[in-house]
This record gives sequence, structure tokens and C-alpha cells, in this order.
Amino acid sequence: MELFVFVVAAAMVLIGALGVVTRSNPVHAAMSLVLTLFGIAVMFVSHNAHFLAAVQVIVYAGAIVVLFLFVIMLLGVDKAEDLSVEPITNQRPLAVIIGVGISAIVIAAIVTSRSGLGPSGKGVNETTLESPDANIRQLARVIFSDNVFAFELTSVLLLVAVIGTVVMARKTKSVGTGK
Amino acid sequence: MFSLAEPTSTWYLVLSAVLFGIGTIGVMVRRNPLIMFMCIELMLNAVNLSFVALSSQIANIDGQVVVFFVLVVAAAEVVVGLGIIVSIMRRRTTLTVDDMSGLKG
Repeated sequence: MELFVFVVAAAMVLIGALGVVTRSNPVHAAMSLVLTLFGIAVMFVSHNAHFLAAVQVIVYAGAIVVLFLFVIMLLGVDKAEDLSVEPITNQRPLAVIIGVGISAIVIAAIVTSRSGLGPSGKGVNETTLESPDANIRQLARVIFSDNVFAFELTSVLLLVAVIGTVVMARKTKSVGTGK
Repeated sequence: MFSLAEPTSTWYLVLSAVLFGIGTIGVMVRRNPLIMFMCIELMLNAVNLSFVALSSQIANIDGQVVVFFVLVVAAAEVVVGLGIIVSIMRRRTTLTVDDMSGLKG
């Protein structure tokens, strides 16, 4: 059963990722991205990371992809672009070689160096019928005790991002005044 | 190593390496900045997947905390990046990274 879930989710992830890279229409690429993000969320669930799976669906598939689609529609670039021309000579073969090389190096490192990894923490609580919120409780305990300063800093980061975007995307009324 | 009984975390790590490679190829091949952003999201998700897989392998919840922060930073990054793209598109009509060479010396 677990093997079946892994195979289906891996197929979703890989088909979606290839779709993002190869589809010429940006809207289709965004839809392929949704497929990939759902596959990752399924894998999070199979690793007992239920809170992260929910956040993945809400934030990534919900907010970020919708933001992408908003910008695509706003800018009117939802036409298929011509992928037959290659702007730089030999760009695509070189890119494929580099990408496959990076994957191969990482896979070689994974396969050769995975023997010494043992349990090092207090354990990841599994969600059971008696405690359906075990994962969320454990995650919240770590975030609000050990990482509370980083958690507060993320609110500053989000505020900076919002203000910066408003300043950048705002229409300047008169060019040349004040700057 | 690849026993057919049930997927170990090695499988998930290999899948995340492949996903990262696909994202890298996409960033290098595509010329549309929106698609390049989506490929960067693919790479971030590959790293998130390996964090969660290793977190459950070594029985340590800290990996999931890191993924939580990566999600927040990715959301902020997308907002700022799309703002930049929108403000660039005010001044030109085509959306290709090759045209954005205004800072070239």
C-alpha cells in the first residue's frame, strides 16, 4: 500500500515537473506546478507531516499558484510562446547535461553515504486515533519554544515583502518629483 | 537497497534529487521569468521533500520546522519577484529575460 502511494505520488511529481519545464503556455505550466505540489503534499502525509501537507496545499497550491495565474492574466502573457528557437547556441543540451549531472552527483552521494544516519532526536509523533493532532502539537511546541525568535522574524520579513511590493508595483503619479 | 517491500527514505531522497535537477534544467532553459520562478519553486519543493524524509528517518521534528520557515520565505520571495516582473512589464511589451539587459555595462 505504501509502495502504491509512493509510486502514484512520484508519478504526479515527475509528470508535473516535466510539464512545468516543457509546456509552452504559462497557464498550463502553472497547472502542472499544482500537480507537482499536490504530489509533494501526498508524500508529506505519508511521512506523518500532516500540518505541513495542509500548509503546502493552502499556501503553495492555493495562494502562490493563484498569484502566478493572476500575474499571467494581468500581464496578458497567456499565449503559447515559441519554444522552437534556441536563443543561445547549444544552450539546451548543455543545460540538460548540467541538470542531469547535478542530480547524478546528489544521488551518488545519497546512495553511498546513508549508512551512518541513526535516530538523533526525540522522535516524530505519529498521528493516531487517540491523538489526532499529535503532529501539530509537537511542531508547535518546537516552533514556539526553540524557534520563537525566528518565528517572530518571519512576520517582519512578510511585512517588508508586502511594503516593498506595494512600493514597487505602485503607479508613480508624476515622474521626476521627489526622486 | 531498493527492496520492493516498502519505500525507504532513500527513495524519497532520490526523487527529490531528480526533482531538483528538473528544476535546474528549467531555470537554465526557459526564457520566461514567470516559468523560471515556477522552476525555482520546484527546486524549493525538492529540498522540502528531502527535509521531511530525513526528519522522519532520524526521528527529529526539526526538519519539519525548517520546511515551515522555507514555506514562509518562499511566499515572500514570490511576492517580491512577481512585483518586480509587473513593474518591468509596465515599460516593455515582451516578457523575456534576454530583453532585461539594462544593467549590462
